[in-house]
Amino acid sequence: MCLTAWVVSFCLEVAVVEFSLWDILRNLLLAARWTVVLSLIAFLGGSVVGLLLLVARTTHIKFLQRSVAGYVQIFQGTPLLMQLFLAYFGMAMLGVETSAWVAASVALTLYSSAFLTEIWHGCVRAIPRGQWEAAQSLAMNFREQLQHVVLPQAGRLAIAPTVGFLVQVIKGTALASVIGFIELTKAGTMITNATFKPFVVYSCVAMMYFLLCFPISLYARTLERKLHAYR
Amino acid sequence: MPIALDFAAVLQEWPLLLKGMVWTLGLTTIAAVLGLTLGIAAAWTRTEGSGVGRLLVAMYVESIRNTPFIVQLFFIFFGLPALGVKLSPEWASVIAMVINLGAYSAEIVRAGIQATPRGQVEAALSLAMTRAHIFTRVVLPPALQRVWPALASQIIIVMLGSAVCGQIATEELSFAANLIQSRNFRAFEAFIVATALYLLLSITVRDVLNRVGRLFLFGGRRG
Repeated sequence: MCLTAWVVSFCLEVAVVEFSLWDILRNLLLAARWTVVLSLIAFLGGSVVGLLLLVARTTHIKFLQRSVAGYVQIFQGTPLLMQLFLAYFGMAMLGVETSAWVAASVALTLYSSAFLTEIWHGCVRAIPRGQWEAAQSLAMNFREQLQHVVLPQAGRLAIAPTVGFLVQVIKGTALASVIGFIELTKAGTMITNATFKPFVVYSCVAMMYFLLCFPISLYARTLERKLHAYR
Repeated sequence: MPIALDFAAVLQEWPLLLKGMVWTLGLTTIAAVLGLTLGIAAAWTRTEGSGVGRLLVAMYVESIRNTPFIVQLFFIFFGLPALGVKLSPEWASVIAMVINLGAYSAEIVRAGIQATPRGQVEAALSLAMTRAHIFTRVVLPPALQRVWPALASQIIIVMLGSAVCGQIATEELSFAANLIQSRNFRAFEAFIVATALYLLLSITVRDVLNRVGRLFLFGGRRG
Protein backbone atom coordinates (compact mmCIF):
# COMPACT_ATOMS: atom_id res chain seq x y z
CA MET A 1 0.00 0.00 0.00
CA CYS A 2 2.88 2.33 0.79
CA LEU A 3 4.39 1.56 -2.55
CA THR A 4 1.10 2.23 -4.31
CA ALA A 5 0.82 5.51 -2.46
CA TRP A 6 4.27 6.45 -3.56
CA VAL A 7 3.68 5.46 -7.16
CA VAL A 8 0.40 7.32 -7.34
CA SER A 9 1.82 10.46 -5.78
CA PHE A 10 4.84 10.23 -8.05
CA CYS A 11 2.63 9.92 -11.11
CA LEU A 12 0.51 12.83 -9.94
CA GLU A 13 3.58 14.97 -9.50
CA VAL A 14 5.18 14.09 -12.81
CA ALA A 15 2.20 13.80 -15.08
CA VAL A 16 -0.06 16.80 -14.70
CA VAL A 17 0.78 19.96 -12.90
CA GLU A 18 -2.24 21.80 -14.24
CA PHE A 19 -5.22 20.33 -12.44
CA SER A 20 -8.57 21.83 -13.26
CA LEU A 21 -11.22 21.97 -10.57
CA TRP A 22 -12.94 19.10 -12.33
CA ASP A 23 -9.77 16.99 -12.18
CA ILE A 24 -9.53 17.63 -8.47
CA LEU A 25 -13.18 16.75 -7.87
CA ARG A 26 -13.01 13.65 -10.03
CA ASN A 27 -9.95 12.29 -8.24
CA LEU A 28 -11.43 13.06 -4.85
CA LEU A 29 -14.67 11.35 -5.80
CA LEU A 30 -12.76 8.24 -6.81
CA ALA A 31 -11.00 8.24 -3.45
CA ALA A 32 -14.26 8.87 -1.59
CA ARG A 33 -15.32 5.36 -2.60
CA TRP A 34 -12.71 3.97 -0.23
CA THR A 35 -13.93 6.22 2.56
CA VAL A 36 -17.39 4.72 2.06
CA VAL A 37 -16.12 1.14 1.87
CA LEU A 38 -13.93 1.49 4.96
CA SER A 39 -16.82 3.13 6.84
CA LEU A 40 -19.12 0.23 5.96
CA ILE A 41 -16.54 -2.38 7.00
CA ALA A 42 -15.98 -0.62 10.31
CA PHE A 43 -19.66 -0.05 10.94
CA LEU A 44 -20.81 -3.56 10.07
CA GLY A 45 -17.83 -5.26 11.75
CA GLY A 46 -18.28 -3.01 14.76
CA SER A 47 -21.97 -3.94 14.94
CA VAL A 48 -21.22 -7.67 15.04
CA VAL A 49 -18.47 -7.37 17.65
CA GLY A 50 -20.49 -4.77 19.55
CA LEU A 51 -23.52 -7.06 19.72
CA LEU A 52 -21.42 -9.91 21.12
CA LEU A 53 -19.95 -7.54 23.70
CA LEU A 54 -23.45 -6.34 24.56
CA VAL A 55 -24.60 -9.88 25.26
CA ALA A 56 -21.49 -10.46 27.40
CA ARG A 57 -22.25 -7.29 29.31
CA THR A 58 -25.91 -8.05 29.97
CA THR A 59 -25.17 -11.50 31.43
CA HIS A 60 -24.96 -11.63 35.18
CA ILE A 61 -21.34 -12.75 35.13
CA LYS A 62 -19.33 -10.07 36.93
CA PHE A 63 -16.07 -10.89 35.17
CA LEU A 64 -17.60 -10.47 31.71
CA GLN A 65 -19.33 -7.23 32.67
CA ARG A 66 -16.11 -5.75 34.00
CA SER A 67 -14.05 -6.88 31.02
CA VAL A 68 -16.44 -5.23 28.56
CA ALA A 69 -16.56 -2.08 30.67
CA GLY A 70 -12.75 -2.00 30.63
CA TYR A 71 -12.67 -2.56 26.87
CA VAL A 72 -15.05 0.37 26.36
CA GLN A 73 -13.05 2.58 28.72
CA ILE A 74 -9.83 1.84 26.82
CA PHE A 75 -11.26 2.57 23.38
CA GLN A 76 -13.16 5.66 24.49
CA GLY A 77 -10.29 6.97 26.58
CA THR A 78 -7.53 6.82 23.98
CA PRO A 79 -7.14 8.54 20.60
CA LEU A 80 -8.33 6.65 17.54
CA LEU A 81 -5.05 7.67 15.90
CA MET A 82 -3.08 5.72 18.54
CA GLN A 83 -5.37 2.71 18.04
CA LEU A 84 -4.63 2.84 14.31
CA PHE A 85 -0.88 3.03 14.90
CA LEU A 86 -1.04 0.15 17.39
CA ALA A 87 -2.99 -2.02 14.95
CA TYR A 88 -0.57 -1.16 12.16
CA PHE A 89 2.66 -1.75 14.05
CA GLY A 90 1.30 -4.41 16.40
CA MET A 91 0.20 -6.68 13.59
CA ALA A 92 3.49 -6.21 11.80
CA MET A 93 5.28 -7.19 15.00
CA LEU A 94 3.18 -10.33 15.38
CA GLY A 95 4.46 -11.31 11.97
CA VAL A 96 1.12 -10.85 10.24
CA GLU A 97 1.48 -9.62 6.70
CA THR A 98 -0.28 -6.34 7.20
CA SER A 99 -1.45 -3.53 5.00
CA ALA A 100 -3.07 -0.20 5.68
CA TRP A 101 -6.36 -1.81 4.61
CA VAL A 102 -6.21 -4.56 7.22
CA ALA A 103 -4.87 -2.36 10.01
CA ALA A 104 -7.44 0.36 9.38
CA SER A 105 -10.30 -2.15 9.16
CA VAL A 106 -9.30 -3.89 12.38
CA ALA A 107 -8.72 -0.70 14.36
CA LEU A 108 -11.90 1.00 13.17
CA THR A 109 -13.96 -2.15 13.74
CA LEU A 110 -12.77 -2.45 17.34
CA TYR A 111 -13.25 1.29 17.89
CA SER A 112 -16.81 1.14 16.52
CA SER A 113 -17.63 -1.96 18.54
CA ALA A 114 -16.68 -0.20 21.79
CA PHE A 115 -18.88 2.82 21.05
CA LEU A 116 -21.79 0.79 19.71
CA THR A 117 -21.81 -1.58 22.65
CA GLU A 118 -21.84 1.42 24.99
CA ILE A 119 -24.73 3.05 23.12
CA TRP A 120 -26.70 -0.19 23.05
CA HIS A 121 -25.95 -0.95 26.67
CA GLY A 122 -27.60 2.36 27.54
CA CYS A 123 -30.65 1.35 25.51
CA VAL A 124 -30.89 -2.05 27.22
CA ARG A 125 -30.61 -0.40 30.61
CA ALA A 126 -33.46 1.94 29.65
CA ILE A 127 -35.79 -1.08 29.49
CA PRO A 128 -37.67 -1.25 32.79
CA ARG A 129 -36.64 -3.99 35.20
CA GLY A 130 -40.21 -5.27 35.15
CA GLN A 131 -39.87 -6.38 31.55
CA TRP A 132 -37.00 -8.71 32.47
CA GLU A 133 -38.94 -9.99 35.46
CA ALA A 134 -42.09 -10.57 33.43
CA ALA A 135 -40.07 -12.52 30.87
CA GLN A 136 -38.46 -14.52 33.64
CA SER A 137 -41.83 -15.31 35.16
CA LEU A 138 -42.81 -16.78 31.80
CA ALA A 139 -39.95 -19.23 32.32
CA MET A 140 -37.89 -17.74 29.51
CA ASN A 141 -34.17 -18.37 29.73
CA PHE A 142 -31.59 -15.56 29.32
CA ARG A 143 -31.38 -15.92 25.57
CA GLU A 144 -35.16 -15.88 25.16
CA GLN A 145 -35.50 -12.89 27.47
CA LEU A 146 -33.03 -10.95 25.35
CA GLN A 147 -34.34 -12.15 22.01
CA HIS A 148 -38.08 -11.80 22.53
CA VAL A 149 -38.49 -9.13 25.16
CA VAL A 150 -35.53 -6.85 25.74
CA LEU A 151 -33.69 -6.48 22.43
CA PRO A 152 -36.76 -5.65 20.30
CA GLN A 153 -37.64 -2.80 22.65
CA ALA A 154 -34.04 -1.65 23.11
CA GLY A 155 -33.53 -1.84 19.35
CA ARG A 156 -36.21 0.75 18.76
CA LEU A 157 -34.45 3.13 21.17
CA ALA A 158 -31.08 2.35 19.61
CA ILE A 159 -31.77 3.19 15.98
CA ALA A 160 -31.35 6.98 16.15
CA PRO A 161 -28.07 7.07 18.14
CA THR A 162 -26.69 4.21 16.03
CA VAL A 163 -27.33 6.09 12.80
CA GLY A 164 -25.79 9.14 14.46
CA PHE A 165 -22.69 7.11 15.28
CA LEU A 166 -22.28 6.23 11.60
CA VAL A 167 -21.31 9.88 11.05
CA GLN A 168 -18.60 9.49 13.66
CA VAL A 169 -17.30 6.37 11.88
CA ILE A 170 -17.14 8.16 8.53
CA LYS A 171 -15.19 11.01 10.12
CA GLY A 172 -13.00 8.47 11.90
CA THR A 173 -11.92 6.88 8.63
CA ALA A 174 -10.15 10.17 7.80
CA LEU A 175 -7.49 9.18 10.34
CA ALA A 176 -6.66 6.07 8.32
CA SER A 177 -4.95 8.48 5.93
CA VAL A 178 -2.19 8.85 8.51
CA ILE A 179 -1.18 5.18 8.21
CA GLY A 180 -1.19 5.45 4.42
CA PHE A 181 -4.69 4.31 3.56
CA ILE A 182 -5.68 6.17 0.40
CA GLU A 183 -9.14 7.55 1.09
CA LEU A 184 -10.60 11.02 0.74
CA THR A 185 -8.24 12.85 3.12
CA LYS A 186 -5.10 11.11 1.86
CA ALA A 187 -6.12 11.79 -1.73
CA GLY A 188 -6.58 15.43 -0.76
CA THR A 189 -3.05 15.57 0.61
CA MET A 190 -1.64 13.88 -2.49
CA ILE A 191 -3.48 16.19 -4.88
CA THR A 192 -2.35 19.16 -2.82
CA ASN A 193 1.25 18.03 -3.21
CA ALA A 194 0.77 17.88 -6.96
CA THR A 195 -1.21 21.06 -7.50
CA PHE A 196 -0.13 23.39 -4.69
CA LYS A 197 -3.75 24.41 -4.23
CA PRO A 198 -4.37 23.41 -0.62
CA PHE A 199 -7.20 25.88 -0.11
CA VAL A 200 -9.26 24.58 -3.02
CA VAL A 201 -8.44 20.93 -2.44
CA TYR A 202 -9.16 20.85 1.29
CA SER A 203 -12.36 22.85 0.71
CA CYS A 204 -13.47 20.16 -1.73
CA VAL A 205 -12.46 17.39 0.68
CA ALA A 206 -14.42 19.03 3.51
CA MET A 207 -17.41 19.51 1.21
CA MET A 208 -17.42 15.83 0.26
CA TYR A 209 -17.34 14.73 3.88
CA PHE A 210 -20.17 17.14 4.51
CA LEU A 211 -22.21 15.72 1.64
CA LEU A 212 -21.65 12.23 3.04
CA CYS A 213 -22.35 13.03 6.67
CA PHE A 214 -24.98 15.76 6.72
CA PRO A 215 -27.84 13.69 5.24
CA ILE A 216 -27.10 10.95 7.78
CA SER A 217 -27.07 13.50 10.61
CA LEU A 218 -30.41 14.86 9.44
CA TYR A 219 -31.85 11.36 9.17
CA ALA A 220 -30.66 10.52 12.69
CA ARG A 221 -32.34 13.67 13.98
CA THR A 222 -35.60 12.82 12.21
CA LEU A 223 -35.54 9.33 13.71
CA GLU A 224 -34.97 10.79 17.14
CA ARG A 225 -37.88 13.19 16.79
CA LYS A 226 -40.18 10.39 15.63
CA LEU A 227 -39.22 8.22 18.56
CA HIS A 228 -39.99 11.02 21.01
CA ALA A 229 -43.28 11.72 19.28
CA TYR A 230 -44.47 8.14 19.77
CA ARG A 231 -43.51 7.89 23.39
CA MET B 1 9.27 -15.95 16.17
CA PRO B 2 9.60 -14.74 19.75
CA ILE B 3 8.35 -11.23 20.34
CA ALA B 4 10.69 -9.13 22.39
CA LEU B 5 9.20 -5.97 23.79
CA ASP B 6 11.61 -3.31 24.90
CA PHE B 7 9.79 -0.70 26.94
CA ALA B 8 12.95 0.51 28.63
CA ALA B 9 14.16 1.97 25.34
CA VAL B 10 10.97 4.02 25.17
CA LEU B 11 10.76 4.96 28.83
CA GLN B 12 14.27 6.36 28.93
CA GLU B 13 13.01 9.06 26.58
CA TRP B 14 10.64 10.20 29.33
CA PRO B 15 11.52 13.92 29.02
CA LEU B 16 10.06 13.88 25.49
CA LEU B 17 6.92 12.12 26.69
CA LEU B 18 6.53 14.53 29.59
CA LYS B 19 6.90 17.50 27.28
CA GLY B 20 4.32 15.96 24.96
CA MET B 21 1.86 15.51 27.82
CA VAL B 22 2.36 19.10 28.92
CA TRP B 23 1.65 20.29 25.38
CA THR B 24 -1.43 18.10 25.06
CA LEU B 25 -2.77 19.37 28.39
CA GLY B 26 -1.90 22.97 27.54
CA LEU B 27 -3.61 22.83 24.16
CA THR B 28 -6.64 21.18 25.74
CA THR B 29 -6.89 23.76 28.52
CA ILE B 30 -6.77 26.70 26.14
CA ALA B 31 -9.19 24.99 23.76
CA ALA B 32 -11.57 24.16 26.63
CA VAL B 33 -11.74 27.74 27.93
CA LEU B 34 -12.00 29.46 24.55
CA GLY B 35 -14.08 26.70 22.97
CA LEU B 36 -16.69 26.77 25.74
CA THR B 37 -16.85 30.55 25.51
CA LEU B 38 -17.36 30.33 21.77
CA GLY B 39 -19.93 27.58 22.28
CA ILE B 40 -21.91 29.63 24.81
CA ALA B 41 -21.84 32.66 22.50
CA ALA B 42 -23.03 30.50 19.60
CA ALA B 43 -25.76 28.92 21.73
CA TRP B 44 -26.92 32.38 22.79
CA THR B 45 -27.04 33.56 19.19
CA ARG B 46 -28.95 30.48 18.17
CA THR B 47 -31.61 30.87 20.85
CA GLU B 48 -31.83 34.66 21.19
CA GLY B 49 -30.19 36.10 18.09
CA SER B 50 -31.60 37.49 14.87
CA GLY B 51 -32.55 35.34 11.89
CA VAL B 52 -29.24 35.91 10.10
CA GLY B 53 -27.29 35.19 13.27
CA ARG B 54 -29.16 31.94 13.79
CA LEU B 55 -28.55 30.87 10.21
CA LEU B 56 -24.83 31.63 10.45
CA VAL B 57 -24.48 29.70 13.71
CA ALA B 58 -26.42 26.75 12.28
CA MET B 59 -24.11 26.70 9.26
CA TYR B 60 -21.03 26.87 11.50
CA VAL B 61 -22.24 24.09 13.78
CA GLU B 62 -23.30 21.76 10.99
CA SER B 63 -20.20 22.26 8.86
CA ILE B 64 -17.92 21.46 11.79
CA ARG B 65 -19.96 18.54 13.09
CA ASN B 66 -20.11 16.89 9.69
CA THR B 67 -16.44 17.05 8.71
CA PRO B 68 -13.44 15.29 10.31
CA PHE B 69 -11.19 17.21 12.67
CA ILE B 70 -8.10 16.29 10.65
CA VAL B 71 -9.56 17.98 7.55
CA GLN B 72 -10.41 21.08 9.57
CA LEU B 73 -6.86 21.15 10.89
CA PHE B 74 -5.30 20.68 7.43
CA PHE B 75 -7.58 23.33 6.01
CA ILE B 76 -6.46 25.84 8.63
CA PHE B 77 -2.78 24.91 8.51
CA PHE B 78 -2.27 24.22 4.80
CA GLY B 79 -5.25 25.97 3.22
CA LEU B 80 -5.39 29.35 4.93
CA PRO B 81 -1.85 30.44 3.98
CA ALA B 82 -3.20 30.66 0.41
CA LEU B 83 -5.35 33.52 1.70
CA GLY B 84 -2.35 35.09 3.38
CA VAL B 85 -3.09 33.73 6.87
CA LYS B 86 0.07 31.94 7.91
CA LEU B 87 -0.06 30.15 11.24
CA SER B 88 2.47 28.20 13.28
CA PRO B 89 1.55 24.55 13.90
CA GLU B 90 0.71 25.36 17.51
CA TRP B 91 -1.62 28.23 16.63
CA ALA B 92 -3.28 26.22 13.89
CA SER B 93 -3.85 23.38 16.38
CA VAL B 94 -5.34 25.65 19.04
CA ILE B 95 -7.59 27.42 16.55
CA ALA B 96 -8.80 24.15 15.06
CA MET B 97 -9.53 22.74 18.52
CA VAL B 98 -11.36 25.89 19.63
CA ILE B 99 -13.50 25.98 16.51
CA ASN B 100 -14.25 22.28 16.80
CA LEU B 101 -15.15 22.37 20.50
CA GLY B 102 -17.15 25.57 19.94
CA ALA B 103 -19.47 23.87 17.48
CA TYR B 104 -20.11 20.79 19.60
CA SER B 105 -20.50 22.69 22.85
CA ALA B 106 -22.91 25.12 21.16
CA GLU B 107 -25.28 22.22 20.55
CA ILE B 108 -24.82 20.84 24.07
CA VAL B 109 -25.34 24.22 25.76
CA ARG B 110 -28.36 24.89 23.56
CA ALA B 111 -29.94 21.65 24.76
CA GLY B 112 -29.36 22.81 28.32
CA ILE B 113 -30.88 26.23 27.61
CA GLN B 114 -33.96 24.72 26.02
CA ALA B 115 -34.60 22.68 29.15
CA THR B 116 -34.90 25.85 31.23
CA PRO B 117 -38.57 26.36 32.19
CA ARG B 118 -40.18 29.30 30.43
CA GLY B 119 -41.54 30.53 33.78
CA GLN B 120 -38.04 31.30 35.02
CA VAL B 121 -37.44 33.70 32.16
CA GLU B 122 -40.86 35.28 32.65
CA ALA B 123 -40.19 35.70 36.36
CA ALA B 124 -36.89 37.42 35.55
CA LEU B 125 -38.63 39.64 32.98
CA SER B 126 -41.20 40.66 35.57
CA LEU B 127 -38.30 41.75 37.76
CA ALA B 128 -37.29 44.09 34.92
CA MET B 129 -33.98 42.32 34.32
CA THR B 130 -32.30 43.03 31.00
CA ARG B 131 -31.97 40.29 28.39
CA ALA B 132 -28.24 40.04 28.94
CA HIS B 133 -28.77 39.76 32.67
CA ILE B 134 -31.45 37.13 32.28
CA PHE B 135 -29.15 35.05 30.11
CA THR B 136 -26.07 35.24 32.33
CA ARG B 137 -27.85 35.04 35.70
CA VAL B 138 -31.01 33.01 35.14
CA VAL B 139 -30.75 30.88 32.02
CA LEU B 140 -27.07 30.00 31.69
CA PRO B 141 -25.99 28.74 35.14
CA PRO B 142 -28.63 25.99 35.49
CA ALA B 143 -28.21 25.14 31.79
CA LEU B 144 -24.48 24.60 32.27
CA GLN B 145 -25.07 22.58 35.43
CA ARG B 146 -27.45 20.33 33.54
CA VAL B 147 -25.10 19.63 30.63
CA TRP B 148 -21.74 19.73 32.42
CA PRO B 149 -21.10 15.96 32.12
CA ALA B 150 -21.69 16.15 28.36
CA LEU B 151 -19.38 19.15 28.06
CA ALA B 152 -16.69 17.32 30.04
CA SER B 153 -16.96 14.35 27.65
CA GLN B 154 -16.67 16.67 24.68
CA ILE B 155 -13.55 18.33 26.10
CA ILE B 156 -11.98 14.88 26.49
CA ILE B 157 -12.96 13.96 22.92
CA VAL B 158 -11.23 17.12 21.70
CA MET B 159 -8.15 16.27 23.78
CA LEU B 160 -7.97 12.79 22.24
CA GLY B 161 -8.58 14.30 18.81
CA SER B 162 -5.59 16.59 19.33
CA ALA B 163 -3.37 13.54 18.73
CA VAL B 164 -3.77 14.46 15.06
CA CYS B 165 -2.03 17.80 15.65
CA GLY B 166 1.27 15.89 15.73
CA GLN B 167 0.78 15.42 11.99
CA ILE B 168 1.46 19.12 11.41
CA ALA B 169 4.43 18.99 13.84
CA THR B 170 2.79 20.34 16.97
CA GLU B 171 4.93 18.75 19.65
CA GLU B 172 2.18 17.08 21.64
CA LEU B 173 2.11 13.54 23.00
CA SER B 174 1.58 11.60 19.77
CA PHE B 175 4.34 13.66 18.14
CA ALA B 176 6.64 12.63 20.98
CA ALA B 177 5.74 8.97 20.40
CA ASN B 178 6.48 9.34 16.70
CA LEU B 179 9.79 11.02 17.43
CA ILE B 180 10.80 8.26 19.86
CA GLN B 181 9.93 5.48 17.43
CA SER B 182 11.91 7.19 14.68
CA ARG B 183 14.93 7.23 17.00
CA ASN B 184 14.86 3.69 18.35
CA PHE B 185 12.51 1.89 15.92
CA ARG B 186 10.43 0.61 18.85
CA ALA B 187 7.18 1.72 17.22
CA PHE B 188 4.77 -0.61 18.98
CA GLU B 189 6.20 0.06 22.43
CA ALA B 190 6.29 3.81 21.86
CA PHE B 191 2.63 3.88 20.85
CA ILE B 192 1.61 1.55 23.70
CA VAL B 193 3.23 3.92 26.18
CA ALA B 194 1.68 6.97 24.53
CA THR B 195 -1.74 5.29 24.48
CA ALA B 196 -1.46 4.45 28.18
CA LEU B 197 -0.52 8.06 28.90
CA TYR B 198 -3.54 9.27 26.92
CA LEU B 199 -5.75 6.94 28.97
CA LEU B 200 -4.22 8.35 32.15
CA LEU B 201 -4.78 11.89 30.88
CA SER B 202 -8.40 11.28 29.98
CA ILE B 203 -9.17 9.70 33.37
CA THR B 204 -7.40 12.56 35.17
CA VAL B 205 -9.03 15.29 33.08
CA ARG B 206 -12.45 13.70 33.64
CA ASP B 207 -11.82 13.77 37.38
CA VAL B 208 -10.63 17.38 37.33
CA LEU B 209 -13.62 18.46 35.25
CA ASN B 210 -16.00 16.70 37.65
CA ARG B 211 -14.41 18.63 40.51
CA VAL B 212 -14.60 21.90 38.58
CA GLY B 213 -18.26 21.12 37.90
CA ARG B 214 -18.97 20.47 41.56
CA LEU B 215 -17.24 23.69 42.55
CA PHE B 216 -19.29 25.46 39.95
CA LEU B 217 -22.51 23.76 41.09
CA PHE B 218 -22.17 24.51 44.78
CA GLY B 219 -19.90 27.53 44.87
CA GLY B 220 -21.05 31.10 44.10
CA ARG B 221 -22.28 32.18 40.69
CA ARG B 222 -25.85 31.48 41.67
CA GLY B 223 -26.44 34.43 43.99
